[in-house]
Amino acid sequence: MSKFTDFAQRRRETTKMVPVPSVSIMPERDLGKAPALECLHLGIDFGGLKAVDDFNITVGRTEICGLIGPNGAGKTTVFNLLTKVYAPTRGTIMVDGQDTAGMDPARVNRLGVARTFQNIRLFNSMTVEENVAVGLHNQRHCGMATSILRLPHHWKSERYYHERALELLDIFDMAGLADHEAGSLPYGAQRRLEIVRALATNPKLLLLDEPAAGMNPSETAELMENIVKIRDQFQIAIMLIEHDMNLVMNICEGICVLNFGKIIAKGTPEEIQQNEAVIEAYLGTQAKKEVEA
Amino acid sequence: MGIMQLKPQTRKTIITYAIVIVAFIAVTILDAVGLISNSLSGQLVPICAYVSLAVSLNLVVGVSGELSLGHAGFMSVGAFTGVVVAGWLSYLGVESDLVLFAVSAVAGAILAGIVGFLVGIPVMRLRGDYLAIVTLAFGEIIKNLLNNVYIGVDGAGLHFAMLSDSSALGMSQGVILINGAKGAVGISKVSTFALGIVVVLITVAVVLNLMHSRDGRAIMAVRDNRIAAESVGVNVTKYRLIAFTVASALAGVAGVLYAMNYSTVVPSQFDFNQSILILVYVVLGGMGNISGSIVSAAFLTVLPEVLRPINQYRMLLYAIVLILVMVVPHLSIYQRATEALRRRFSRGAAKPAVATEGGEADE
Repeated sequence: MSKFTDFAQRRRETTKMVPVPSVSIMPERDLGKAPALECLHLGIDFGGLKAVDDFNITVGRTEICGLIGPNGAGKTTVFNLLTKVYAPTRGTIMVDGQDTAGMDPARVNRLGVARTFQNIRLFNSMTVEENVAVGLHNQRHCGMATSILRLPHHWKSERYYHERALELLDIFDMAGLADHEAGSLPYGAQRRLEIVRALATNPKLLLLDEPAAGMNPSETAELMENIVKIRDQFQIAIMLIEHDMNLVMNICEGICVLNFGKIIAKGTPEEIQQNEAVIEAYLGTQAKKEVEA
Repeated sequence: MGIMQLKPQTRKTIITYAIVIVAFIAVTILDAVGLISNSLSGQLVPICAYVSLAVSLNLVVGVSGELSLGHAGFMSVGAFTGVVVAGWLSYLGVESDLVLFAVSAVAGAILAGIVGFLVGIPVMRLRGDYLAIVTLAFGEIIKNLLNNVYIGVDGAGLHFAMLSDSSALGMSQGVILINGAKGAVGISKVSTFALGIVVVLITVAVVLNLMHSRDGRAIMAVRDNRIAAESVGVNVTKYRLIAFTVASALAGVAGVLYAMNYSTVVPSQFDFNQSILILVYVVLGGMGNISGSIVSAAFLTVLPEVLRPINQYRMLLYAIVLILVMVVPHLSIYQRATEALRRRFSRGAAKPAVATEGGEADE
């Protein structure tokens, strides 16, 4: 452990640190409204390792925000902190102006944060429609006794879950797959289903963890369109982790770059592409790889 | 509309109810004709009780995905509650068998449900093997508590004592209902096969209706992926506890049915072996497969009776059957045969479906 921290420490010292601009990257239309997400000095330690440290970000109500950085930079850890899978060691997370301190993941979701997972986590033995219906869990209540006795309210609720699920699946043209088992879907469809399930919880902030991973270029292009479409239609904020720079630079209004758990740059796609620290820590290495390949 | 055209979920539900009803009709007819032996007809109520127990345990093991080894404990809570309530009512002069059974069953369900809920609160903080071990321990604790309980009834109402003997009840007259390790004595034998089938149908209806509802989907979501279920706002502990409590209450009803078929039951009947036996029914019938639980519980309860003529080899054959049921589905010849059958069936279903669509278009 200590050996590893020493190594990480050395790497951190050799990485050139550029002062982070303090300006918000929120798009103009969201200024003056309560942000969808606000993190203040957020941090978590795993043993002696500061996996995420002094993470400050403000995401506007209808902003698409990219979170990029090399492998192991702590991007997914940030998502796990925002959804309370991990309890933060330091700092504050405000969702829609409300402090989430002490909340569990289910409560944070009810407050308006929904996510997808890097390694897909569907309810594999259930059908596609049932997966979305679980997402609709808190959108309409129906008591256990009502369901067991099959009272009229149960049937009304079931019709609501069915119709709403098909409506949401239609965003990705997946209504035809409603009766298929989720685990039997092809990889790309599973990723899309995760997004639909997250949307079903009626979030204010949608966190997408590598949504384009494993997709071919045409699928990725379609996904890009759909992400923008979801933002426009549902008027929600979207934060995404992605290694596909084409996707990130094209649809994100603000980008935040992480390295060794710290923000090394924040700004518009143009600013990030010009940023020396980012090129050295992340973009440059990828460009080099592309040349070699 | 043909049965193959229905949604798989609806089809399974219909088949499950059909199995129970057809079995009831078949047994009634066979009994009327005189084709059912005495030993087998004595097994009819226990079969119904074990079927209900298997179905309710499947709610915990198959639907909720938690390995519980204490199901017999909740069964015994129901059984002894039922005996006390029935004894009390008959002392008060209630004579109708149906009323006795119905009130006892409801009381058994409520008390077993409460005990299940209380046990579930600490147990549901655990997962996997730990949960199995703790449920096993709770099952044994319940058995040992019941071994030391004395309950009697007289003109002044119910009398209760623990850890001594029946003289501690301080009754000069009246009836002793539960006599410690000697168990429940003088039970009103009101269970019948028809009541047993009603209990099975109610258990199946509760489990299936719960499975195919908002709460049931949440329970299955927690089983399939706990982290994802949390991420869409499902309260994980609540739904694990719901499944456990409902299953305990249903086990309580099955316990009442079971106890009221005998004149005495003793707490040591509801031990670890009993829990394992119920678990065997669930595992062989298939996790989360309700009709499978029904068939396997009935089959494995009848089997030892059918094998009685070859008494010496009875348990040997029972063991061989268990092993075969586990091994055969993994043989490639079996898998190929079922695959071929399934394809044949679905082809058969596809043809009428096309025909119906054509028919509708004509109209």
